[in-house]
Amino acid sequence: MSLTLRINGAEVAVTSEPDTPLIYVLRDELGLKGAKLGCGLEQCGACMVLVDGEAVPSCVSPADTFGGKEITTVEGLADDPTGARVQAAFVSHTAAQCGYCTAGLVVAVTALLQRNPDADTKTVKDALAPNICRCGSHPRVLRAVEEAKA
Amino acid sequence: MSLKAHPLLRDWLRRDGDRLQIRTGKVDIGQRISSALVQIVRDELHLPSDRIALAPVTTADSPDEGITSGSNSVEQSGHAIRCAAATLRRALIAAAVDRSGGDPEDWTLDDGLLRRPGSNDPLDLLDLMDSIDADLAVDPKVAKLTARDTAPSAPMLGLAEMVRGTFTFVHDLDAPGMLHARVIRPPHAHARLRSIPEDEISALDDKGLRLVRDGSFLAVAGPREWPVIRAAERLARACDWDAPDFPNIDVFEKLTRDNASTRLPVDKGQPLEEPVPDPPDAPDYTARFEKPYLMHAALGPSAAMAVWDGETLDIKTHSQGIYPLRISISDSFGLSEDKVVLTHVPGSGCYGHNGADDAAFEAALVARAIPDTPILLKWTRAEEHGWEPFAPAMAVEVAATLEQGRVASWSAEAFSDTHRGRPRPGPNRVGPSRLVSNRHLADPIPAQPGTPNMNREGGMHRNLDPIYTFAERRLVKNLVTGLPHRTSALRCLGAVANVFALESSMDDLAIAAGEDPIAYRLAQLDDPRAIAVLETLRDRIADLSATAEGQGRGIAYAQYKNAMTRVGLCIDVTVTDLAEVKLDRAVMVADAGRVVDLAGLIAQLEGGVIQGASWALCEEVQWDRDGVTSLDWDSYPVLRFDNLPTMDVHVLDQPTERPLGAGEASPGPTVAAIANAVHDAMGMRLRRLPFTADAIMQAAANA
Repeated sequence: MSLTLRINGAEVAVTSEPDTPLIYVLRDELGLKGAKLGCGLEQCGACMVLVDGEAVPSCVSPADTFGGKEITTVEGLADDPTGARVQAAFVSHTAAQCGYCTAGLVVAVTALLQRNPDADTKTVKDALAPNICRCGSHPRVLRAVEEAKA
Repeated sequence: MSLKAHPLLRDWLRRDGDRLQIRTGKVDIGQRISSALVQIVRDELHLPSDRIALAPVTTADSPDEGITSGSNSVEQSGHAIRCAAATLRRALIAAAVDRSGGDPEDWTLDDGLLRRPGSNDPLDLLDLMDSIDADLAVDPKVAKLTARDTAPSAPMLGLAEMVRGTFTFVHDLDAPGMLHARVIRPPHAHARLRSIPEDEISALDDKGLRLVRDGSFLAVAGPREWPVIRAAERLARACDWDAPDFPNIDVFEKLTRDNASTRLPVDKGQPLEEPVPDPPDAPDYTARFEKPYLMHAALGPSAAMAVWDGETLDIKTHSQGIYPLRISISDSFGLSEDKVVLTHVPGSGCYGHNGADDAAFEAALVARAIPDTPILLKWTRAEEHGWEPFAPAMAVEVAATLEQGRVASWSAEAFSDTHRGRPRPGPNRVGPSRLVSNRHLADPIPAQPGTPNMNREGGMHRNLDPIYTFAERRLVKNLVTGLPHRTSALRCLGAVANVFALESSMDDLAIAAGEDPIAYRLAQLDDPRAIAVLETLRDRIADLSATAEGQGRGIAYAQYKNAMTRVGLCIDVTVTDLAEVKLDRAVMVADAGRVVDLAGLIAQLEGGVIQGASWALCEEVQWDRDGVTSLDWDSYPVLRFDNLPTMDVHVLDQPTERPLGAGEASPGPTVAAIANAVHDAMGMRLRRLPFTADAIMQAAANA
């Protein structure tokens, strides 16, 4: 069965089995390795992508449930003004340690600020709670969010 | 140590085209050592960062600097590279004098060029390098730590790629003909494989998947990742396992003197082969503190790539110790060491010995069975949680006698299984025996009980010796083996439980003496830099408002290994009506000697507070007779963004003092400061981690 997905602004025909979770289509078939597999259980946020503007995990839901939706991976964020601003703010605040959670966080912050550009600190913290960081880059991520708001 | 083994300039610095190449044996595990090493070279040679490159860290070529652990990288590799760069600088200036005249002090280095007044002909640093003696030895005396106004912050290598999603982790590697592989684990560490149903084996064949079996080690490999994952899950369910009950015991009941396989006195951080002195007769204060088994719980499950070409094993790994691992892997396969090459490729942060080494060996096991084929093997989340070596559960018993409220004599006994489970080579093939899959092969190398770590400030006795001026001290380490779980090194080793015990006790004793917790500590410290840290902390919190009902403020101080970075901490918490501890604020003052990379240092200190807070409030490995039950982020919760304190970190830069390791300096004091804050909020002393809502309600019910 052939499946067409809209990824980073382009229509892409994929050949993976339609029940394959989206992340394996992105990483293994399309070579978009920005989304990271952290748990495969929708518990850690490392695999987040934007789907119609919302940050969602890509590690469980089958690829065929994303038909007709606009998928933006971390690789495609630079083309979005908010995404580009978030990426620049992460760099200027060195908002990463090992970097394994970073792509998922950049996606989550972009989704948040697109929806709520003036989110207060509590809203930001709650919105990022699905994303685990084990190195403790959280304070710098929060500073980056403040900068990206402006 | 690094310089002794690798004394030549070219061991550390070489020209590579139009760049200066830094060669280190220390690997980047998210602690940003690579950025710090580039900064050290920039400091000495004034070379722009785009003309400095780091060589890959590989057993084929890099200096062997052992394991990247113990907050040692800046003090070992950083020191060696600073000395090498200073040696190079002196040699370059001598070469410039030879070539273009002037006196050595006329020449300055700037932007990759050497210049002197009166000459319009600057010399290129890298070109001039070619004229330097290829066998020049590093002079360890030439580097000078000079005063300066502000500490630099190094640009973080790889950051731009990380935010764009293009940074390559070992998980992202690809190669022509590569197969993905997954291990099928037994239900728990003591279970063994009886049989695999025949129809499952033929079903794998039908799908073009490869099955690799050696005893109870079982793996599936195939060209696409998802079908391999599905097949591995199915096979795990279908296999017939011989699974005796997993030992379902209360580990804290085992952590006693009677169960200790070895009891050793410790003097100034050094374990001694001597009789243990008797405990104090009539102490004024006694307490026992407990820390459960903890996980590294890396965000990215362990992974490795391996290829076997019939002669050589080539392994890409995120191990912290590629050289020791090479010896243990080559021993496992009966290969000579030069036939095994390990190259470091970043994984996610590991915080100690996690599954990285095991994954490297397992990728090699699959590669040996499927020659000439790159094998990318990844662990699952459940494997990472259930099969990594845990930090051992630990207990610390303290007793003090007092004189006018101050400590006159101090006794502390630590009880723990080993923190030393890395696959280092040693007697009786101990290195291979610590690779978990060797225990499951048809010809197994069984686990061996831990032996006492005799290193100064090593293992469970790290920070057992109080940093205070107590006149008498009696310190004992009790190694307890035969406990349920495989254990090894997690960030800080014994310092977590030891600092928790000491600093909770200091809090109790300060309250009993009616003294302010900072004043009480200051009165029993004689190290001027410790005093400066705590006095600065006192100043920085002087204007904070008093805590309200349900809130508490806790203080803690520690110097990591009593020799590295000093940290003073103040943490404010609120204990909610649901008995949840919310972190309001953390104020930290640290002295790490000369600051190499201020942003990187603060990141490590802040990150340590967050990991320490996660241990204090959330983390505990749980298991039952079927094995480990903490197999995901719901059953092993960790601190998340929604419980994050405001963070104020102040670093006392000491430009003319030796740079000190800082990566493990803040978690211990964080645990203690939170314990003290909870006590301040509730009047209850919690002596067992973690302080979950359940634990607090239980303690309140028992109070």
